[in-house]
Amino acid sequence: MSRIEIHELAKQWGPVVAVDQVSFTVTEGSLTVLLGPSGCGKSTILRLIAGLEKVSSGSIAIGESEVTHLDPAKRGVSMVFQSYALFPHLNVRENILFGLKVRGVSPSDRRARLEESARMVGLEELLNRKPAQLSGGQRQRVALARSIVSRRRVCLMDEPLSNLDAKLRAEMRDEIRSLQQKLGLTMVYVTHDQVEAMTMADQVVLLKKGRVEQTGRPHDLYERPRTTFAAQFMGSPPMNLLQLDLIEARSALAAAWGGTLPTGGLTGGYIGVRPEHVLVGDVGLPVRVSATDYLGAETVLRMAHGEQTLFGKIGGHRRYAPGEQLHVCWSAEAVHRFGADGLRIEDPKRVSS
Amino acid sequence: MPAAILLIAFTHYPTVATVIDSLFSKATAIRPSRFVGLLNYQRMLDDPIFWKVLANNAWFALGTIPTSIALAIVMALFVNRAIPGRSLVRMAYFTPTVLPMIAVANIWLFFYTPDIGLIDQIAGWFGFSGHNWLGDPNTVLPAIMVMTVWKEAGFFMIFYLAAMQNIPPELEEASRLEGASRWYYFRRVMFPLLMPTTLFVLVNAVLNSFKLVDHLFVLTKGGPDNASNLLLYYIFETAFSYFETHFAAALTMVLLVILGVMALLQFFVLDKRVHYR
Repeated sequence: MSRIEIHELAKQWGPVVAVDQVSFTVTEGSLTVLLGPSGCGKSTILRLIAGLEKVSSGSIAIGESEVTHLDPAKRGVSMVFQSYALFPHLNVRENILFGLKVRGVSPSDRRARLEESARMVGLEELLNRKPAQLSGGQRQRVALARSIVSRRRVCLMDEPLSNLDAKLRAEMRDEIRSLQQKLGLTMVYVTHDQVEAMTMADQVVLLKKGRVEQTGRPHDLYERPRTTFAAQFMGSPPMNLLQLDLIEARSALAAAWGGTLPTGGLTGGYIGVRPEHVLVGDVGLPVRVSATDYLGAETVLRMAHGEQTLFGKIGGHRRYAPGEQLHVCWSAEAVHRFGADGLRIEDPKRVSS
Repeated sequence: MPAAILLIAFTHYPTVATVIDSLFSKATAIRPSRFVGLLNYQRMLDDPIFWKVLANNAWFALGTIPTSIALAIVMALFVNRAIPGRSLVRMAYFTPTVLPMIAVANIWLFFYTPDIGLIDQIAGWFGFSGHNWLGDPNTVLPAIMVMTVWKEAGFFMIFYLAAMQNIPPELEEASRLEGASRWYYFRRVMFPLLMPTTLFVLVNAVLNSFKLVDHLFVLTKGGPDNASNLLLYYIFETAFSYFETHFAAALTMVLLVILGVMALLQFFVLDKRVHYR
């Protein structure tokens, strides 16, 4: 009853097109992440679903009913804002209960629901504090509790973790995900952080300049990026993209590619290799190390082949010095191929994987 | 240090001097001033004009302060939204504030003039006969209050507007999602968040209601029969028209005490209910 269907949604402000013909479906009880760089329209889509912005064209349906032009309060959605939007003059209890009071829920019912949601997010001890007396993580929990207490089936989250430090972010990520699964919420989650998308999402909608670049499970986006943009957005460091025309030493490229080059289509376009699939050895493409980042379990090498930069994630403890000459290679299965237009060229042998 | 010197020279010393002066009698050609203790205060309590002026001032404050604050909030709410010609409207609201009080009083003198004034002319179209607004003891104080509200509301609006623009828009969005009406949002969220501004404006309004007397010079001179006389104007009259400087000093003490008590009351009583972010 809380499935969300977005159909050819568009939003314009004068000549500026913020959201352009976006369609996707969020199945009931699942978590969809809207992912993209800043300015890609992901927050606007969320606000359109919430009803805080007017739709230019297209439609939004929640459950059985179309809500495209419905009042925000009647859509049955709750929302967690990036700034949390807590009322600074009300204490935690009043903040959580604000919506229930507005809707005239009976006091005994209110108390029960308050207790339940405060327990879920671990706020029982802090109910009488003002938002100014809370840490960032605690404020985040109040915002979550306000969403839970509404018992609305659809929850919209607008970069809820971007104001937290890295450790807390990882914690809250797990917590939000497990709450969403426990309560069976249908959630749309906006973020620019691909790690959040990878770890939390059932489905990722990758956006670029208001358009959907790719929709799918995190696994799909990582393993089979549809465009060079998707390839580079997911993963850190990003996928290496080598422009084929700039590689003159074809024999070296063949050696890097596991011995033989595939036939045809090797002019124009790109090949992509994930840094973790880059192997350092004695044969292959000659590169020069330009920087090394030692991360403990692995070392990230930044290397240059001519004008092009490659990243390699190398395990083990061998030290590399900047300026060192190396050779890199990869297995044929690790290669993603893209045309000059940036679109993926499907390798017939790999389709089954 | 220079600030301390200035404060002592122009604020603290005159205050102490006023206290001392209020305890002496008026000097005449044959009798020099002498210490009379609280006689000036005794005389003040027996002075019907003093009580009348005090009551006038209380009504004046009660009539102008809530009205101008309410009007200021309404105007600020209005121009805080995206309406066509917003800056023009804002400027229009603010204009009365930049005019000197003397000029304002002269404008309103024309409005209130019997028969040929603006108000009577408009009333004349609807068949009402002329009325001497400033000459009638029953209407003179309300007439002055209307003018004061007109002058002050725009000034207070600026403070409210600034405060409203400091409230994050997500708060309104969050309450909209919860189903709160505009009025509910105003009552439960916006107005409480405007409390620091309200306190500031209230202090200013109270002070103004006791210290603004410029308009009385132009409009009524406190008349008729002291119906529009206010405390500060009465002090001025006593000191510089009747040359009763020592009695005026005693009156000044009353004004100082009233203002002091008001300020303390506002800061200590209201402060508890004010939310500062």
